[in-house]
Amino acid sequence: MTWSINNDKCLRCGGCVSVCPVAALELRDNIIYDKKLCTLCGICDKACPVEAIKVTKQ
Amino acid sequence: MNDVIVIGAGPAGTACAKKLAENGFSVKVYDKRAEIGAPKRCGEGISEASQNFVGKVPERCIARRIKGARLYAPDGRYLDAILSEGGLVLERKVFDKWLAEEAVKAGAAVQANTFISGLVKDTKGYFTGVKGEFLGNEFEEKAKVVVCATGAESPLRNQALGVFSKVNLIDSCIQYEMTNIDMDADLIHIYLSGVLAPRGYVWVFPKGEHRANVGLGIIPQDKKPKAYMDEFLKLHPEISKGSILEVNAGCVPVGGMVKDMVANGFVLCGEGANHVNPIHGGGIKEAVISGQMAADVIAECLKKNDVSKKALSKYNDVWWDERGNHLKRVEKLRETLERLSDEDLNDLVDALKPEDIIEFARGAKLSVLAKVLMRKPKLVGIARHLL
Repeated sequence: MTWSINNDKCLRCGGCVSVCPVAALELRDNIIYDKKLCTLCGICDKACPVEAIKVTKQ
Repeated sequence: MNDVIVIGAGPAGTACAKKLAENGFSVKVYDKRAEIGAPKRCGEGISEASQNFVGKVPERCIARRIKGARLYAPDGRYLDAILSEGGLVLERKVFDKWLAEEAVKAGAAVQANTFISGLVKDTKGYFTGVKGEFLGNEFEEKAKVVVCATGAESPLRNQALGVFSKVNLIDSCIQYEMTNIDMDADLIHIYLSGVLAPRGYVWVFPKGEHRANVGLGIIPQDKKPKAYMDEFLKLHPEISKGSILEVNAGCVPVGGMVKDMVANGFVLCGEGANHVNPIHGGGIKEAVISGQMAADVIAECLKKNDVSKKALSKYNDVWWDERGNHLKRVEKLRETLERLSDEDLNDLVDALKPEDIIEFARGAKLSVLAKVLMRKPKLVGIARHLL
C-alpha cells in the first residue's frame, strides 16, 4: 500500500490537506506527507482537482 | 509577549487583527505565502453590499464592476438579473494586501513568508504560542490567544480542534484566468448543469472586457474538475479561443460549519471553520464577519484576563446566532438544488424571475425557492420537502 504525489501535476492548492482526517498532509512549497499518520484512506485523492495523488491498496 | 498571534493574513485573519489592534491589543499576523493574496484561490467576486462588512474597497483592488448575473439552464436558455447594487470582481492580491495594510495601520504587525509549523500548548492545556520559520530561521513566539485563520488548507485546525472538511462537503475546483475571450463583460455568468458540473456550477467572472476567471466546482469524484473544464471549453469556442494567464485550484467548503471553534487560548475563524456560503462558495464576506466576531470576544476575554475555552466560547454563540443558523438554512437550500435533475433545472430557470435571483443573492431564503418551485407542477414535491 502506497501514497504518492506527482509534483508536476500538483497545483499546490491544499485541497488534499483540507480533507485529510488525520492531519497527515501539509502544504509548504510542496505537499509534505507524514507516512506515520496516513491511513491510506484515499480521501485526498478523491478531493484533488487534478490527478496528482495516487493511493494504491494492494 | 503578544496579546494575540493570528495565523493567516487572508480576509479573516486581517479583519480579526485590525479590530484587536484598534482596541489597543498587540497583534502579530503571520502568513506562509511569499506574497500576501497570491496565488489566488478564488473566483474574486463579491457583492457591492459586502462592503458593509469589508469596508469601502479602493478602486485599485477592483478589476471590474458588474451589473448583474446571467444564469444558464442546462439547455442553454438563460435569465438575466440586473442587481440594484451590482457586484465587484476583485484583484485578490491587491485586495488582500490592502486588508493587511489596514490591519497594520490600526497597529497590528504582519509578516509574510512565515510558515507556522506547530502550536505550543502549556501543561494546563492552554495554547500559548506558535512555532514558525522565517527565511530559514526557526522561532517560537508566545501569545495569550492564538487565532487560526489559515483557511481550510492547513492541518493546524485539525491538530488543535480535530477539525477537517468532509470530502462530500467540499467542492473540488479548477479555474483559469483567461484573456481574449468573448462574453457580456457587465455580467457574471453562472452555468447550472449536472452534466457540466455535478452539484456545483461553472462560473465566468469578468475582470475586463475580454478577461475573466473561468472556473468550475464539482462534488469530488473520480472524474476530475480538469476533465469537466475541458468539456466546458469544447462547448464554448468564444471562451476556449482565449489564452490562459493563470491556473488556480482549490477545495471550497460548501457546508459542515464547525460547531465548536474554540479551545483554551485558541480560536478558529474564516474558511478554516468552513465559514463559506454553501450555495455559491463565496467566503470573503463570511471570513471578515467571523474574524471581526472573534476579535470582539477575544478583546472581552483579554480584558477580563480569562482566555479559557469557556470564556472564548461566547464566539461560538455569537457566530451561530448571527451567521451559522442562516448559513445552515442556505446549506439546506443547496442540498435541495443538488437533488434537481437537469430537466428540473431547466424548469427551475424557466420558472425563475429576475427578482428571485436577486433575492437568492441577498439571502437565499428557502421559502423563496419553494415559491419558485411551486410554479412548476413537476417541482411541487421538492418544494413541499423544502417547507
